[in-house]
Amino acid sequence: MRRFLLPLALFLVLVGFLAVGLRLDPREVPSPLVGKPAPAFQAVALARPEATIKRDDLLGKVWMLNVWASWCAACREEHPLLVDYARRGGVPIYGLNYKDKREDGLGWLRRFGNPYTESLFDPDGRIGLDYGVYGVPETFVIDRTGVIRYKHIGPITPEVLRDKIEPLLRQLNA
Amino acid sequence: MIPEIGQFLLLLALGVSLVQGVLPLAGAQRGRADWMALARPASYAQFILVALAFVCLTASFVRHDFSVLYVASNSNSALPLAYRIAAVWGGHEGSLLLWVLMLAAWTAAVARFSRSLPIVFVARILAVLGLVAVGFYLFMLVTSNPFDRLIPAAADGRDLNPLLQDPGMVIHPPMLYMGYVGFSVAYAFAIAALIGGNLDATWARWTRPWTSAAWIFLTFGIGLGSWWAYNELGWGGWWFWDPVENASFMPWLVGTALIHSLAVTEKRGGFKVWTVLLAIMAFSLSLLGTFLVRSGVLSSVHAFATDPRRGLFILVFLVIVIGASLLLYAWRAPSVGLGQRFALFSKESMLLVNNMLLVVACGAVLLGTLYPLFLDALGMGKISVGPPYFDTVFALMMAPLLLLMGVGPLMRWKQDDAGSLARRLRWAVVVAIVAALAAGWAMGRISPATTGGLFLGCWIVAAIGVDLVERLKPRAGLGGSVFGRARLLPRAMVGMMVAHLGVAVFAIGVSMVKTYETERDVKMGPDSSTEIAGYVFRLLSLKDVQGPNYNAVQGRIEVSHNGRVIAMLSPEKRIYRVQNNPMTESDVDSNLFRDLYVSMGEQLPNGDWIVRVQHKPFIAWIWGGCLVMMLGGALAASDRRYRLRQTRSADLPAGAGAAR
Amino acid sequence: MPERLIHRLALVLALAVWPLAGQAADAPPAAANPELEARVMALAAELRCLVCQNQTIADSHADLAQDLRQQIREMLAKGQSDQQILDFMTARYGDFVLYRPPLKTSTALLWVGPGLLMVGALGTLFVVLRRRQRLGADAFDPDTPEDEPAR
Repeated sequence: MRRFLLPLALFLVLVGFLAVGLRLDPREVPSPLVGKPAPAFQAVALARPEATIKRDDLLGKVWMLNVWASWCAACREEHPLLVDYARRGGVPIYGLNYKDKREDGLGWLRRFGNPYTESLFDPDGRIGLDYGVYGVPETFVIDRTGVIRYKHIGPITPEVLRDKIEPLLRQLNA
Repeated sequence: MIPEIGQFLLLLALGVSLVQGVLPLAGAQRGRADWMALARPASYAQFILVALAFVCLTASFVRHDFSVLYVASNSNSALPLAYRIAAVWGGHEGSLLLWVLMLAAWTAAVARFSRSLPIVFVARILAVLGLVAVGFYLFMLVTSNPFDRLIPAAADGRDLNPLLQDPGMVIHPPMLYMGYVGFSVAYAFAIAALIGGNLDATWARWTRPWTSAAWIFLTFGIGLGSWWAYNELGWGGWWFWDPVENASFMPWLVGTALIHSLAVTEKRGGFKVWTVLLAIMAFSLSLLGTFLVRSGVLSSVHAFATDPRRGLFILVFLVIVIGASLLLYAWRAPSVGLGQRFALFSKESMLLVNNMLLVVACGAVLLGTLYPLFLDALGMGKISVGPPYFDTVFALMMAPLLLLMGVGPLMRWKQDDAGSLARRLRWAVVVAIVAALAAGWAMGRISPATTGGLFLGCWIVAAIGVDLVERLKPRAGLGGSVFGRARLLPRAMVGMMVAHLGVAVFAIGVSMVKTYETERDVKMGPDSSTEIAGYVFRLLSLKDVQGPNYNAVQGRIEVSHNGRVIAMLSPEKRIYRVQNNPMTESDVDSNLFRDLYVSMGEQLPNGDWIVRVQHKPFIAWIWGGCLVMMLGGALAASDRRYRLRQTRSADLPAGAGAAR
Repeated sequence: MPERLIHRLALVLALAVWPLAGQAADAPPAAANPELEARVMALAAELRCLVCQNQTIADSHADLAQDLRQQIREMLAKGQSDQQILDFMTARYGDFVLYRPPLKTSTALLWVGPGLLMVGALGTLFVVLRRRQRLGADAFDPDTPEDEPAR
C-alpha cells in the first residue's frame, strides 16, 4: 500500500516548492559582489571633466553608488527620493552616469535635481560592467573598508529606504 | 451588450458543468439511472454555451470593441481580420476560454461516441470532465474574465504582440491545447475505471483512440511551435528548452509512454497500474504546464502577463485535482491484477523499460526546468539551466530509448530468446552502421557523435525493414502476392511502424543539421554577393515596404547554385507601428535536403545591411519526422477494431485480434 | 587609321572587361575577424542575457548583450581562455549568467540526478520483475493462446 502513496508524496513536495516559488521573482539576479570589495575604478567626473575620481579616494567613509542615466524612465521615479535624502543630509551618494552623453546627463540633473556629491562619467559602461550592472537604476551601499554591503535593483522606494537602507547605514556608521 | 451576453453564457456554463460534474457521479455510486442520464445532455449543453461565449469574444475582436479590456490590450484598429481572430487566444484570459472550449468539445465528443460503453462508466467519465471544467470556469470568472469592461473605452488598442502576427502562431496554440486537453479524456477514463474498480483490457481498448488523438494533436502543436520559431524568430534555431517548451514536451513524453502502456493492457491485460498512473501523470503535466505559464514562477518568453494571485488559484486547483487523483490511485491500485504472466526477456518487459526511459526523460526535463526554482526556494542562490545542459542530458537519455525502438517491435510476447533476436537483427546493425558512416562521408566530415545519432536513426529504419520482411513472408494460410499480404497487415501495426519511422526521420534530421549547418554574417549593399556551401546569394535591391500595421525594409536576394538561379528570397526588417518594436522576418528556401535561410540584422551607417545566411542540411526532416509520427498515430487510432460497434464487452477476450 | 586602331583597341579592351561586368562585389564579412567572431559567438551562446532573460547573449539585441559580446571579443583577442572569460562573467553576475550550470555541491543533484534516476528506475524494474518470476500462476490472469505465428 505504502509504495502507491509515493506519487502523491512526490507531488506534495513539488507543490511545496511551487508555493514558495509564487513569492519569489525569477527575474531578479542577486549580485555576487555583496560582501566583496567594490571593484576599483578611475573615472572622470561628469561635471568637471578635468577631475578624476578613484575608488580608493572613497575609503574611510560609508557611501552609496547610484547608477542612473538620462534615458532611464525608472530613474525619474526614484530621483525625488534621492534628492530629498541628500537634502536631509545623509550618507554621500555618488552617481554613476551609465552609457550616457555628458550634456544629456548634466541637463537631466539640472532639470530634476542633483543629489550626488559627484557623478562618475561612464559612457562605455565599463565601470557598470565591473559592478554587474544589468538594469538601470541600481544602488549599492559601500562601507568604510570599501566592501559592498547591499545592492538594490530597480528604483528605490520609500519602504526600501526606510526598512533596508537606512538601518544598514546606521549600523555601518556606528 | 455582446460581452455581457458572453459573461452570462459563461456563468450558465459553470452551472451546467456543476450539474454535469456532481449528479452523474453520485448517480453512478447510487445506481440512479435518471441522474446518470443527465451526463450526456449536460455535456452537449455545456459545449454549446461555451462555444457561444467564444463567439461573443470573437465578435468583440472583429468589431473592434475597445470597451472590453482584453480586446483593448490585444488588438488594434489596423490589425488584419485573421489576426484579430487569432488575438482571441493571444492573451491569458482568452487563451483560458479557448482551453475550456476545447475541454467542452472533447467532452461532447466523448458523450457522442460512447454509445457502446456502459452508462455507469460514461456517467463517471463525463462527470470527471465536468468537474475539471468547473475549476476552469471558476478560475476565469474569479481572476481572469475575458469580458471585463474598460471604462472609459480605449480610443485604440495596444495591438497584438507582433511575434504572434504570423500564420503558424495562429494554429499553434489551438493544436497544442487540443493535445493538452485531449489527455483529460484518458485521465477521465482512468479515474472512472479506478472508481468503478473495473480496469481491464476493454477499458484499455476504449481509451486508446482518444489518447492517440490527443497525442497526435500535441505532436502537431509542438512541431508547429518549433517550425514557427525557426521561421519567425530570425536566428535559425528551432528549440530552446524554454520552460514553456518543456512544459509542452513533458506531457508528450508521458503521453507516448501511456500509448505504449495501453497497448500492453489491451493485448495482455498487463501494466494496468502503470497505465492508470501514466494517464493521471499526463494530464497532471498538462495542468502543471498551465500553472507554469501563468503564475510567474518561471521566466519564459511564452509566459503570459503573470499574477501570483492567479498562480495561487491554479496551484490550489492542481492540489485538489491531482492530489485527489493520486489518493484514489493509492487506495485502488493495490487491488488491481497483474495481467498475464511474462518472462524477464519479453516484449512486455521491453515495453516496460521503454516506458521507464520515457518517464525518466520526462523527469530529467522536469528537474532541469524546476531546479533554479528549487535552489532559489531553499535560498541557495540563483542559477540558470539552459540548452547546454538539456542538449547533453536529453541526448544521453534518448540513446538507449532509440536503441530499444529497434528491438522492441520484433520481440515476442510472453517470452523471447536473446540469441534468436540477435540473429534476426544482425543485418540491421550492419546496414545501420554502414548507412551512418556513408551519410557522414557524403556530407564531408565524419564525427563520432553524429555517427552515433545517425546510426540510431538508421537502426530503427533497418529494424522496421526486418520486421516487415518477416511479416510479409508467405506462410500457411497466408499466400498470394506480397501486396496482398501487406494489405492484410493490421492498421495498428502499420501505424506503429510509421510512427517509429517518424522518430527515426526526426533523429536523422537533428543529427545532420546540428553537425553540418553553416552560417555566415556579411555586410551587403546592392549588388554584393556571398557564398556558402556552394550556394551564391546576391542582394539585388533594398526597398521600403508598407504593411497594414508595420513599416519594413525588404531585401531581394537571388540564390543560385552552379550558375543557375534557384530561388528569390525576401527577408524583411519590420517595425510595427503601435508597439514600435523591430521584428526580423527571415525568408527560407526549403527542400527535402536543405534549407537556405536568410535574415537581416542591423543597418550600417553607410546604408548597407548585415545579412546572415545559413545553410541547414536536412532540417526539414525534423518537422517531416513529426508529420510522419502523426500519420502513424492516425493509422493506429483508426484500426478497425476501434470503429466496429462493440455490442457487449464481455464477448471479446483480452487477446483477441492479430493486432498488437 | 589611328582612329580605327583606337576603336579596335577600345573594342578589345571592352571585350576583355566584359566578363567582369556581371560579377557582383563579394560581400565582406560582417565581423573584422570571422574566426575570432565564431569563438565569440560560441562563448556567447553559453551565457544568458540578463535583460531579455530568455535569450543567449549571442542572440539578444539588448545593449547589454552587445556590450558583453564586445567584452568577450576583446578578452579573446588578448588571448584569454574560455574559462577565464566565463569566470569574469560569473564574478560580476553570478551563476545566473551561465546557461550550463557549474558543477558544485548545490548543483550535484541536477547533473547526477538524471543518470541516477535512470539507473535506479531500471534497477527497480529488474528487481520487481525478478520477484514476479517466482510468484505462482494464480497471481496472474490465465494465459490466452498466443496467436502470433511462430518466428
